[in-house]
Parts: sequence; C-alpha cells; structure tokens
Amino acid sequence: MRANCWYGKKDVRVEQVPDPKILNKRDAIVKISSTAICGSDLHLYNHFIPTMEKGDILGHEFMGEVVEVGPEVKDRKVGDRVVVSFPISCGNCFFCKQEMYSLCENSNPNAWMAEKMFGHSPCGIYGYSHLTGGYAGGQAEYARVPFADVGTLKVPDGMPDEQVLFLSDIFPTGYMGAEMCDIKQGDTIAIWGCGPVGQFSIRSAFMLGAERVIAIDYVPERLAMAEAGGAETINYEEQDTYETLMEMTGGRGPDACIDDVGMEAFGGHGIGYVYDRAKQALGAETDRPIALREAIMACRNGGTVSVIGVYGGFIDKFPMGSVMNRSLTIRTGQCHVQRYWGKLLERIERGDIDPGFVITHRMRLDDAPEGFDIFANKEDNCIKVVMKP
Amino acid sequence: MATKRQEIRTRTENVEQGRDRQNGRSPAGLKNGNAEKLARGLGWFSIGLGLAEVLAPRAVAKIAGVDDEDTRLIRLFGLREIASGVGIFMQGEHPTEAIFSRVAGDALDIASLVKAFTSSKSSKGRVAFATANVLAVTALDVLCAYQLSKDGTGGTQVRKSIIINSSPEELYEFWHNFENLPTFMKHLESVRVTGEGRSHWIARAPAGGTVKWDAEVTDDRPNELIAWRSLEGSDVENVGSVRFERAPGGRGTIVKVEVEYSPPGGALGSLVAKLFGEEPEQQISDDLRCLKQVMEVGEVVVSDGTIWDNALLTQRPPQPVPGEEMSKSQSATS
Ligand SMILES: NC(=O)c1ccc[n+]([C@@H]2O[C@H](COP(=O)([O-])OP(=O)(O)OC[C@H]3O[C@@H](n4cnc5c(N)ncnc54)[C@H](O)[C@@H]3O)[C@@H](O)[C@H]2O)c1
Ligand SMILES: [Zn+2]
Ligand SMILES: [Zn+2]
Repeated sequence: MRANCWYGKKDVRVEQVPDPKILNKRDAIVKISSTAICGSDLHLYNHFIPTMEKGDILGHEFMGEVVEVGPEVKDRKVGDRVVVSFPISCGNCFFCKQEMYSLCENSNPNAWMAEKMFGHSPCGIYGYSHLTGGYAGGQAEYARVPFADVGTLKVPDGMPDEQVLFLSDIFPTGYMGAEMCDIKQGDTIAIWGCGPVGQFSIRSAFMLGAERVIAIDYVPERLAMAEAGGAETINYEEQDTYETLMEMTGGRGPDACIDDVGMEAFGGHGIGYVYDRAKQALGAETDRPIALREAIMACRNGGTVSVIGVYGGFIDKFPMGSVMNRSLTIRTGQCHVQRYWGKLLERIERGDIDPGFVITHRMRLDDAPEGFDIFANKEDNCIKVVMKP
Repeated sequence: MATKRQEIRTRTENVEQGRDRQNGRSPAGLKNGNAEKLARGLGWFSIGLGLAEVLAPRAVAKIAGVDDEDTRLIRLFGLREIASGVGIFMQGEHPTEAIFSRVAGDALDIASLVKAFTSSKSSKGRVAFATANVLAVTALDVLCAYQLSKDGTGGTQVRKSIIINSSPEELYEFWHNFENLPTFMKHLESVRVTGEGRSHWIARAPAGGTVKWDAEVTDDRPNELIAWRSLEGSDVENVGSVRFERAPGGRGTIVKVEVEYSPPGGALGSLVAKLFGEEPEQQISDDLRCLKQVMEVGEVVVSDGTIWDNALLTQRPPQPVPGEEMSKSQSATS
C-alpha cells in the first residue's frame, strides 16, 4: 500500500510499504477513506518529539471501512464504516474503565521509554513516535487498529466523511479543552491558538455555556474563522495580549484560559521567544511555552488554565508563583476521545455543528508532502488538510 | 496457548541478526542506523542518569564518593545530563553536537571528581572507582555500575512491582503453572516442570545463545507467595520470589517480584546488556507489564515497531512487517 512516511525534519515521503496485518486478536484492519494532517503532526514534522525513526508512517486522524477483524473483535464486522480514535485504548484497565482512555495502561509497548521521559506512560498513539508505542499511522491506504471495539466509532452511512472525520481527534480535543474549564453561566473564556483545535474549543465553549470567548492568534484567516464562530479576537502581533485581555475584562482576567498552541508557540514580544528558541535549538529546553505562560499570567484569580496544546519534555521559566499564589487550577491531557465522540456525533446529527467548516484543503494522499508544507507554513490560507488515499 | 508475540518472534534474537534484518529491509539511507541507535541509547542514559541526579543527588553523591554537600553541583550535572539526552533526540539524523555536549559534560564530571579526590572529606576508593568509570564508559550510569561491583561476583538484585486488575487467586494460579511464564517473560524460551517442585528453564541470553538452569520451589503459600532458587550446575545462579498482595479499594493485586542473580558475563556483561536495553531491571519491569497485558487484555500487545522486541536496538520503524519476513520468522519459531 502507499503511506506517508517520516524521514527527518521537514522530510516526509509517500512510499510503497507492506500492507498491515492482524497482530493481536482484538485488531481490525481499516481501509482508509479520509485522513487528515494535525497540528500534532507538525511537532513531528519539525522534529520536536524524540524517538522518531526513519520510515515511520504518520497520521492519527483517519476513518474508513473495516475490511478484516481479529478473532476476538466482538462488536465490529467487515463492512462497518468507522472513525478511529487517536488514543489506542484497551477498555479493560484501571484508566479505561474510568473513561480516561488516553492513559490506557496496556496499549504502549514502549511504556519503558515514556517512563524514563515522563515518569509514567500515556497510551499508545498511531504514527506518533516510538515513545507512544511505535504504531504505524493512518496517512495510508490501510491501517491496523488495535482493540477495535474500543478504538472505533460506527458512523451512519448517510453522513459524509467530512462531517465525522474529526471525531477522531480535533473535535473531541477542542471540546475537552473547553470542558476542562468547568464553564459556568456568564463566563469569559480566552483561547490561545486559532488552529483547527482552537476553532473547536471556541465552538465548544459556547456549547457549554460561555457568554464570551476571546480568541488569540496572529494569522488573519484563522482569526476570521474564529470570529465566524462567535469569538472576539486579539491579533497578538498588533495588540498586547495581556493588556488587551485586562481591558476587555475590567482588569479581572478571563475566568478560564485554554492553551491550544503547545510547544511550538511563536512570540510577539521578542525576548521570551528568543530565549526559548535559543534554548530549544541547543537542546536545553524542548518546548517553547510562550502561550502557556501568558495564559497563566492572564487568568483571573481562582480560574482554570486548560492545556490542550502538546508539550513534549521540559520547559523553563514556568510561573509557578502565579499559579500558587492565585489559586489557579491547571488541567491538561491528551484527549480521552472515546469519552466524547458518541455525544458529539449526536450533536452533529442534530445539526448543532458541522465540523467540516475547518477544512480548507482537499488533496490526494500522494500530495501529503505538499500538504505538510503548506499547513506548516500557513500558506495559501491553509487551516486544515484532508486527504483521500 | 502461546501469545501472538511469541508465535511471531524469532528465536535467534541476537543483535547481529537484528541488524541484518534491518539492513535487508530498510529503504536506502539507513546505513548509519546503528550509530544513531547507539546515540539514542546514550540519550536515554543521559535522561535516566540526569533524573537520578536531580531527584536523588545524595544517593548519587554517596555512590560516587563525593561530598554530600556537593548535592547542588550534582543536581546541576543532572540538568546538564537531561539537556544533552534531550539534545541527542532532537538532533535527529546527526546527533554529533549533542554527543559532544555529553563529552564536554564528561570532562566536567572528571574535573569535579578530580577535585573530590583532592578534598579530604571524600572516600578515595569510591572516587577512584567513579573516575575510572566515567573515563571508561563515558558516563554510563555510575549508580548501576556501583551496584554491580559492590560484591565480587557481580550479583544483581532486582525488585519490581506492578498493579494488575485481577485477584491474587487468579494471579497465583496463573504464575504457579510455570509453563505459563514464557507467555509474558520475553527472554524465556521454555519452562518445563520436571518433578515435584522442580522445573527446567531455558532463556535466551543478550548476546545470542541460551542459558539453562534447574530450579526448585523453596516456599509456596497459596494466593500469596511463591519462592524459588536455582540448583547446583546452573548457568545463571538465581533466587527469587513473587508476592501477590490484594490492593486497597478492590483495585486488583500488587505483584511484587524480587530476584537476585549473577548475570552471564558478570558486571561487564550486564553493562553491555544495559546499553542494549536488556538490563535486568528493565527486563523484569517489561515482563511484569506483559503479565498485566496477558491478565487484563488476554495477550501481549505489540505494535509494528515492537513486533519482535521492544529493546532499543531491535525495534523496527513503525511500518507493517513484510509478509516474507513474517513467514520466515514464523517458520523459525516452529
Ligand atoms: N491534547 C490533545 O489531545 C491534542 C490533540 C490534538 C492536537 N493537540 C495539540 O493542540 C495544538 C494545536 O493543534 P492545531 O491542529 O490547532 O495546530 P496549529 O499548529 O494549526 O495551531 C496552532 C495555532 O497557534 C497559533 N499560535 C502560535 N503561537 C501563538 C501564541 N504565542 N499565541 C497565540 N496563538 C499562537 C498559530 O498561529 C496557530 O494558528 C498542537 O500543540 C497540537 O499538538 C493536542
Ligand atoms: Zn491530532
Ligand atoms: Zn486501557
């Protein structure tokens, strides 16, 4: 089959690779009908996540048709149309039973690596380095889906791919970012990052009862899409984010802040960015926590900072004094996709939202290298790329 | 019933063959793969040692024989280790610069050890040992090296535990049938019960080949504990026990394993094994994790990258395994 493989920094290639096989009894093989490029893939593309191997197949947002099932798959059969969740979860362990699927204790065969890096291991993830398991990803014609009963959601035939594909990651992820804010009526929520994940956080914050959403980015078309979703916006290249937020909230600060940017934030205000960029280049710091620092400083006393943007290792100049003295709550995590996707599918069916709104580019899988290039560089007003094998 | 992992695993699991497999299969551009993998191995050491230095500077100070008051310095070394470890990963294809930062770091270590040598408070024997060690293995984990050398035989003691969502009764029963053990202990080839409380064990050694021993059960308390010891004439002398303790709150069982043994090749063999990701401590914690998978999901879970093994140098890139390779190894196992 053909698949999009990682070969190094800013180097991905579509190649001929072997077809996947059933390796464990609860596996299924899915023939992929649509697959997307995620902001998380950019961290791999720019090589900020360790333990990548040349030839790794990328991709963790995909859907398709079940074409083969292992002997112990119970609720899925050949021919089912399914969306696949990016966390690989067993459904039986302590965490899966509490619906904390991205913390599954059994799905990362390389848990030892993650333990060295993080102290404990998260779940396995498709196409996301050896640290999270060394699983082949879904930017391919076929994929092996372990624990298929837990890791797939059946979707009705009548709904087009573009409406349901993002249940695999970014819709539940954006939603979880908002849910972790514990939104009360009348709340103002500030969201750093208007990428695809930020766009879903904006819509979800309103769904969950926020009165005001303030979205922060510097890319005009992303800010425009945020406004179309009902948010007020701050272009941090033109306005100082902290000052503007204080002005908008009478000096108190937003009730909760969401970091939908992650480890590769850019910074408007020079010195912090240069400091982090330099340390990152020297390997002395892995992540640039510019948006996170800002979110903490801006959040109102006693508020919540919800961290959805991915961090891979160590950060510097973390304002712990601000967190402690002002009773802030920090909540974070890889999304527990399977906890949310059922009810979000219902919302799509009811017509509350059509997740297809974020798609700006439709391509063939063969064009993946070009897709990565324009998405990474935000060229051609690119916000989300969906590919067909 | 054997697990899938077992069925598909090659029996001859030495590093050379791992290399051949990889060179034979990989697309062009992987020639320097092993140097890279080694570099990445060093990256893990840096992070591991760095964390030990940051979290337990006193213990590290004690082992290296330097003054306890220097823990701040040791913490700094820890951060430097972590940074160079992370650097090795981040540099991607050519981790040379980060390796140089390691070498510079080692020079720093040596300099400070020399300083410790000349200060009256340090115990010279230990410092001499630590210096030699840093010089010889370029900052391979001093902690482990010390442990390995603390008794003449190079005996190793490992204690590991894991929490599993099964009852002590189920776990005891499963473990007590020793022939089940190879389903989750990846280095065991087979265990055969040979008589009342006696069994014959065959395991694969890190450098290829096998080691064999006979064992007898020395203590057996239903649903609670099994203890064993190897008999005269074993390739690997070992004593061990496994305990099953009911976890609080109905959260299953805490399984605790304690093993003491003299690894083949002694301390040096063990250092080499460590570099190749097969150090005893790692092995046992991996085995316990696989036991958890067998109990909780019914078999050992594999990915494309870890289908043969999850040690550092034997992982493949996460791409599906070609059919020929799969059937070749299957016939090798049968
Ligand atoms: N937690 C999870 O489960 C999960 C799942 C998917 C994605 N993610 C992460 O969420 C993050 C966003 O994903 P995405 O697909 O939207 O990626 P993206 O790269 O398209 O979006 C990031 C946006 O942040 C903006 N940005 C950069 N620096 C900023 C700053 N200082 N202040 C404000 N905005 C800034 C960028 O202009 C960009 O529009 C990534 O880190 C991704 O890895 C997490
Ligand atoms: Zn994603
Ligand atoms: Zn689980």
